[in-house]
Amino acid sequence: MRYGVNEQGYYGDFGGAYIPEMLYPNIEELRQQYQAITNDASFKAEFESLLKDYVGRPSPLYLAERLSEKYGANIFLKREDLNHTGSHKINNAIGQILLAERLCKKRIIAETGAGQHGVATATVCALKGIECVVYMGEVDMERQAPNVARMKMLGAKVVPATSGSKTLKDATNEAMRDWINNPLDTHYIIGSVVGPYPYPEMVAKFQSIISLETKKQLLEHTGRELPDYALACVGGGSNAMGMFYHFLDDESVKLIAVEAAGKGVESGHSAATTFLGKEGVLHGSRTILMQTEDGQVVEPYSISAGLDYPGIGPQHAHLYKINRAQYVSITDDEALNAGLLVSQLEGIIPAIESAHAFAYLEKMKFKPNDNVVICLSGRGDKDLDTYIKHFGY
Amino acid sequence: MNRLNQLFDTKKDNLLSVYFTAGYPELNSTLAIAEALEKAGVDFLEVGFPYSDPVADGPTIQHSSQMALDAGMNLNLIFEQLKDLRKSVTIPILLMGYANPVMQFGVENFCRRAAEVGVDGCIIPDLPMHEYEMLYKDVFARYNISNIFLVTPQTSEDRIRKIDELSNSFIYLLSSASITGKALQLNDHVDTYFARIQGMNLKNPTIVGFGIGDKASFTKACQYNRGAIVGSAFVKMLGEGSDYLSKVEGFVKGICE
Repeated sequence: MRYGVNEQGYYGDFGGAYIPEMLYPNIEELRQQYQAITNDASFKAEFESLLKDYVGRPSPLYLAERLSEKYGANIFLKREDLNHTGSHKINNAIGQILLAERLCKKRIIAETGAGQHGVATATVCALKGIECVVYMGEVDMERQAPNVARMKMLGAKVVPATSGSKTLKDATNEAMRDWINNPLDTHYIIGSVVGPYPYPEMVAKFQSIISLETKKQLLEHTGRELPDYALACVGGGSNAMGMFYHFLDDESVKLIAVEAAGKGVESGHSAATTFLGKEGVLHGSRTILMQTEDGQVVEPYSISAGLDYPGIGPQHAHLYKINRAQYVSITDDEALNAGLLVSQLEGIIPAIESAHAFAYLEKMKFKPNDNVVICLSGRGDKDLDTYIKHFGY
Repeated sequence: MNRLNQLFDTKKDNLLSVYFTAGYPELNSTLAIAEALEKAGVDFLEVGFPYSDPVADGPTIQHSSQMALDAGMNLNLIFEQLKDLRKSVTIPILLMGYANPVMQFGVENFCRRAAEVGVDGCIIPDLPMHEYEMLYKDVFARYNISNIFLVTPQTSEDRIRKIDELSNSFIYLLSSASITGKALQLNDHVDTYFARIQGMNLKNPTIVGFGIGDKASFTKACQYNRGAIVGSAFVKMLGEGSDYLSKVEGFVKGICE
């Protein structure tokens, strides 16, 4: 693949494995084994079977007629919100639990922001009867209380991260510390295309089912397997990488990644990484991150707990730097309004993360019959409180 | 020959190093703590440059880093605070911290400033070995700064041999695969691990860190290795009251006498 990873684990200038020695054996074990395991026929068969019968794949590609009419293009929604557990996160969680099982790991740890990845991980751990510990920022635990309850009900232990901004970045640090302390029996299910190599590659492959299905479904809908535009929101960037993956080498497909501008990119309360960030190292990979001049990580902000991450995955950093994908940003208010619009035009309440992608439609100009696919990465149930507060329902 | 190698040539056992975070417990306490540690008989020092997201550190050192950052600590200020270091401190001194602040500072700039103030080596736990070899090694050598690698009980023999080959002062042997601040378990596993490494006859001395906080753990580490490093226990003491400088000597004697 033209925009894929090289043998050293880099996407252009980005990627690699910037990890303390304590994590080296774990990462090396993964690096050496993940391809053999995931290419094995029995792994593939179990993965596909669980995606079909447990997750409910393929997720539909839905032609949103009223949105299409509004924007003057054919707007297709890739319905990851209809997956079991309510978002794309389950695709990766299934892949990694099968990997962990084959690596004979007895314990799973994970980090979560919005809670969707935590719920997905708790779900697959319940499915396989494996102990599960999920780290979640204290602030996120408050604003995503229903997902905390779900994780607990599924048998996971939810541990609050109380350092820093008490959000996703800090939950990730805590999970890494746990892994350092438990190197032999534990697998860390990272929830996005971030972290040391091979994580960004592995997670992207598990999520690439999104674009693989989209190609086939778009062909059935339109007679063409390539859309003109593929849009997705980006925090760490796993749903976007899944949406982009099988279109990367098709240069005619314009890839648009929508970051969270929060209260405005220059407000000091933002998570618009490509606009505010610069190159550096975060959570084990060289990427683009929001940081001070001294290289201290800046606390991000977004109304969406799934997008307030100060970096992006290294492959995204590469796609941004070489201009293969366009990185844009949308404010809290724009996203919430788009969420309401999609609810009222299509009868679908999107997660606020996904609403960021919808909001960017307002800023685009289409030719008639342009085919646009948007990754509707998750459903908005978990965000109802935020919607209710904002709109005063 | 830098000060580290001179030290290893002259003192053969029971070497004690102490880690503390620059700018903690007070922004301007760095030099005074270094002087107090030398006076108390410590053999070499590790000065931590704080980072916002220190994944290898436990709560004590993480807290000290955050306090230092909140007070305004940064690499420029550390070098400014250490500019008169060599007027009053003669023992070897290392800087310890994470890769991103070094990258943003620029490796050439970092090494030049470190050499100017009399720093002898660096410990950057998340700097990949191959990146050090490709991008950092020559710069470090040009400024006579040693790079210290970590080894854990899980590090393979091949990798330890490679680390030994790339090292020119000492190898930082982690007492266990853990974050900082967890007490050393004095059990057979530790003896087996230390004896295994000792049996490899490495060209560089091994100094044990992580989990060394009292006389018993120091003695155990020194039984198989050239010395040991105390970090969290000392940082914890620093945070326990404003009279920390007067407690340094007692702390050090409690470890190694």
